[in-house]
Amino acid sequence: MNKILEVRGLSKIYGPGCPQCLESTGPEADTNLCPHCGSVVAIHDVSFDLFEGEILGVMGESGSGKSTVVKTLYFDQAPSSGEAIFFDNDRQYDLFSLNAAQQRWLRNHRFGMVYQNPNLGLNFNISAGGNIAERLLMSDLMDYGAIRERAKALLARTEVLLSRVDDLPKHFSGGMQQRVQIAKALATQPPLLFLDEVTTGLDLSVQARILDLILEIQQELKTAMVVVTHDLGVIRLLTGRAIVMKYGRVIETGLTDQILEDPQHAYTQRLVASAL
Amino acid sequence: MNAMSHNQAGNAYNFGFLDEYAKKEVRRAILKAIAIPGYQVPYASREMPMGRGFGTGGLQLTLSLIGPNEVVKVIDQGSDDSVNAVNLRRFIEMTCPGVSTTTATAECTLIQSRHRIPELPLTARQILVLQVPYPDPLVVVEPSEDKRKTMHGEADYSRLLVKLYEDIVKFGEITISHRYPTRINGHYVIDPSPIPRWDVPKLNDSAALILFGAGREKKIYAVPPHTKAEPLAFSDVPFRVEDFRDEQGRRRACARCGCVDSFLDEFVTDSGSKTYQCSDSDWCDMQLSKARQTQGEPA
Ligand SMILES: Nc1ncnc2c1ncn2[C@@H]1O[C@H](COP(=O)(O)OP(=O)(O)OP(=O)(O)O)[C@@H](O)[C@H]1O
Ligand SMILES: [Mg+2]
Ligand SMILES: [Zn+2]
Ligand SMILES: [Zn+2]
Repeated sequence: MNKILEVRGLSKIYGPGCPQCLESTGPEADTNLCPHCGSVVAIHDVSFDLFEGEILGVMGESGSGKSTVVKTLYFDQAPSSGEAIFFDNDRQYDLFSLNAAQQRWLRNHRFGMVYQNPNLGLNFNISAGGNIAERLLMSDLMDYGAIRERAKALLARTEVLLSRVDDLPKHFSGGMQQRVQIAKALATQPPLLFLDEVTTGLDLSVQARILDLILEIQQELKTAMVVVTHDLGVIRLLTGRAIVMKYGRVIETGLTDQILEDPQHAYTQRLVASAL
Repeated sequence: MNAMSHNQAGNAYNFGFLDEYAKKEVRRAILKAIAIPGYQVPYASREMPMGRGFGTGGLQLTLSLIGPNEVVKVIDQGSDDSVNAVNLRRFIEMTCPGVSTTTATAECTLIQSRHRIPELPLTARQILVLQVPYPDPLVVVEPSEDKRKTMHGEADYSRLLVKLYEDIVKFGEITISHRYPTRINGHYVIDPSPIPRWDVPKLNDSAALILFGAGREKKIYAVPPHTKAEPLAFSDVPFRVEDFRDEQGRRRACARCGCVDSFLDEFVTDSGSKTYQCSDSDWCDMQLSKARQTQGEPA
């Protein structure tokens, strides 16, 4: 299997930072807030690999740094340090040494993101079809008819009623908004997709159907995904491997089955036990 | 040469009203705008003795460019005789002694205009200055100027194109009538000022230098001579100019001069019917005198 993403030593500190930040935060210190300088060590020294067509889970409690991991990789935020290499067919990109325009190009053409808050992933003032069109236009497709056909096909694929293609997503249900986000993310057929708590807050039946959709897409398109969630059910259903985070650090990593059956770290044991 | 030497005795103003330093600054901005076609160059817009929004941005360009042998034409809504055009022309005559003004497009060397580009093709010895109320075409999709700058830098106009997409979805066609977003030299997209779509093709490969001045927003930009200017559109929904055909599909003619290939203004007559006339008054006069000449000649 080909590697698609290699992340090494990824760190993000919010605040000025000081020499004691790292030793004063993390699972042992039981905080991510440096008592000396007040900075938040959102993530520190996060490393993992992702392979073609694989779904990797990022789990952990609220504030453990899960979203920060995908936000830095999707260029929503610059990391404080660390490296990430994206392997795209026979090319490779050192993500954090690219300039802004190159990063934007990758974001628009080769990556996709689905946010927990649809407000971040969608423009609520333009139609569902327009949202997808925007992404296609970013990748320089300039034929109106082709854009329209592609938008409709994507919405059909994500099971959004075609009669709603020209409606504003702010009038959609939460589940429908996530479907539009997924359709938008898939528009350019990216080999790498980031999903951040995409089913959090939705009804259980709606959740189940969206998770099914994600699995189908992964099987159809062989898209590699990083799935962020605090929901062990989502981790169990979607992911083959997972990393467990606490106070910004990775405390456990391995095959999802093994982590859930036989967690090594005491924290993971408590997490799994409480979910049973 | 001493800048004040243009001054006539008793004239309280410097030639061209602005001081030489202000003119130099505007000229520097103009040179930069020419060097980077379509890029909005900031400049320190001066207070003028008229409200902003009355063409002060364009006027500062005009006053900085005027030389002693200039022949200046001022257009507003296509006409040389509207109040605004007359006021600006008077101001130029008053502050630029020795400069002559004209209404004839063929005779002028410098044109300051609002809302129209003359129908008569401009030449390499002419400069057109257009007054612009809102210089940035991205302002409709992005409120933050910082973000707009980045978008311009990266030629990221996808959100403008989405507007066109939504227009076609809603109305079956692109409905933008004025200020049609136009890509200059393959990169920057400009707001070409409130000219109608009819005039947008005149920006492309123009023999004359075309300058845009926004006084309130303090920006100058340019379409240099013989530069590519492409209105944004889709490959299968091309840009179209206004359609002046009547219900029977015939091209409407100017009621005054009979011209069938000019931009027409619509008027409602006293009897309530509609009538059409060239918006470019100098063009209309030219066609009228041509028609009279040919009528006067034996067949
Ligand atoms: N812009 C910011 N400025 C300061 N601190 C921030 C910022 N964004 C996130 N943080 C902090 O970084 C830490 C990690 O945040 P992150 O959003 O990555 O956590 P998470 O694991 O995704 O949590 P949740 O499950 O609640 O979404 C938190 O303590 C958060 O308060
Ligand atoms: Mg989060
Ligand atoms: Zn610190
Ligand atoms: Zn006429």
